[in-house]
Amino acid sequence: MIKVEKLIKRYGANTVLNGIDLSIEKGEIIVVIGPSGTGKSTLLRCINFLECADSGRITLGGLSVDAARASKRDILTLRRQTAFVFQNYALFANKNALANVAERLIIVDGWPKARAHARAREILERIGLADKADAYPAALSGGQQQRVGIGRAMAANAELILFDEPTSALDPEWVDEVLGLMKALAAERQTMLVVTHEMQFARDVADRVIFMDGGRIVEQGPPDKLFTDPQDERTRAFLRKVLAQQPSLAP
Amino acid sequence: MNGLDYDYMMGLAPILLKYLPLTLEMAAAGMLCALVLASLLAIIRVLRIPVLNGATLLFISFFRGTPLLVQLFLFYYGLPQVLAILTQVNGITATILGLTLHFSAYMAESIRAAIVGIDRSQTEAALSIGMTNAQLMRRIILPQATRVAVPTLMNYFIDMIKSTSLAFTLGVTELMGATQKEASGSFLYFEAFLVVAIIYWVVVETLSLLQRWLEKRLNKAFVR
Ligand SMILES: Nc1ncnc2c1ncn2[C@@H]1O[C@H](COP(=O)(O)OP(=O)(O)OP(=O)(O)O)[C@@H](O)[C@H]1O
Ligand SMILES: [Mg+2]
Repeated sequence: MIKVEKLIKRYGANTVLNGIDLSIEKGEIIVVIGPSGTGKSTLLRCINFLECADSGRITLGGLSVDAARASKRDILTLRRQTAFVFQNYALFANKNALANVAERLIIVDGWPKARAHARAREILERIGLADKADAYPAALSGGQQQRVGIGRAMAANAELILFDEPTSALDPEWVDEVLGLMKALAAERQTMLVVTHEMQFARDVADRVIFMDGGRIVEQGPPDKLFTDPQDERTRAFLRKVLAQQPSLAP
Repeated sequence: MNGLDYDYMMGLAPILLKYLPLTLEMAAAGMLCALVLASLLAIIRVLRIPVLNGATLLFISFFRGTPLLVQLFLFYYGLPQVLAILTQVNGITATILGLTLHFSAYMAESIRAAIVGIDRSQTEAALSIGMTNAQLMRRIILPQATRVAVPTLMNYFIDMIKSTSLAFTLGVTELMGATQKEASGSFLYFEAFLVVAIIYWVVVETLSLLQRWLEKRLNKAFVR
């Protein structure tokens, strides 16, 4: 089980995360929604220690760390049990698709190259890019790049994969192939924490939807409950706005 | 004006060419050392390593802010008076040392710019999969920065080859020193220095060709 307790993060006088408590069961798929600037990305980045929270505790894979006092070792250990999928893919531009997926196995996990490449090939097969193994990111479409980004996260065999708006930067034509891959991962019960504006995905896939506003978790629950019967006025207002843009989803 | 003494020039060229290897060796050694030092300085600057960062800034400021000739005199004639072990240092070593320090100050800045120019998200991606800072540098940042920095670094190399001619002021008989000696024997200054100028010119042009070829190759990298 993964646990985040009383997480607080400030940028100067701006309190971006204001005491986040969250526990995630193994195999659980959680979708985080909320208005822009509420700290959704910051929450994911603090869990991965791309940012250091000012206080709070993070427990993952048997290691429990006080975020404010995490040592370099702790941070590496925690990072190695999570994986991150970025909005803008963030593939390594000097490595082809195969090497992007294999990199972590070779460098972080110390696998021999041949074994890492064999594993990376399996993953490319699964994400439908076996024929693009030699292609560099610059030669891939946005959708293909993001699938490689997810492949790189899959190689980590992580306790938890963090997705920060994985489809927001994509042209609409590529969104479905990425969401499809995420659905397949969810079907295998890969634990995931997903920030997204794709409400249909949240409905179909999430075990739990979390609504964040102003650095706090305002409301959470199973998607059919949260989408049809939100308790808090802020949730209702947010959903009205989003569902107006995605009318097919209105209850 | 008298005509040029072509026979003298033709005879002089092979004599001077015997000193070209020393010139190129000093430049190559200087370049290798400068590359290593400049990469270290650039990494210190990028990671803003405390204390070292300040020292690096001072170093870069000094070696960019003073003429190379002054630096060479400082190392060769000046330092031995202060530090006794340095009396062992010959002109060639002092030249290589001077070239290394001088050019690394410039090269550090272009390497730093190349590193900083790499999309920050790749750094985050590397850290997110659990790479250490050293792994990040070695596997992701430096290979890409090299590609960006190579054209500029080649310019510095060309500049360095020309700057080795200053070694003759430290009593080293390299290409320029040899020319000086030959010329003062024959009194045919114009011919002698014209020959050496052409030799430098041909060497530099050859390198420029290589540079253009390298640039084309590097621009093709990472797109397939
Ligand atoms: N490095 C930073 N320095 C200062 N302020 C920051 C930094 N990163 C984020 N912030 C601020 O923190 C707040 C939360 O940002 P965050 O990116 O977590 O929001 P978000 O919920 O992901 O928004 P969006 O939906 O637009 O992605 C914002 O007000 C933002 O301006
Ligand atoms: Mg965000």
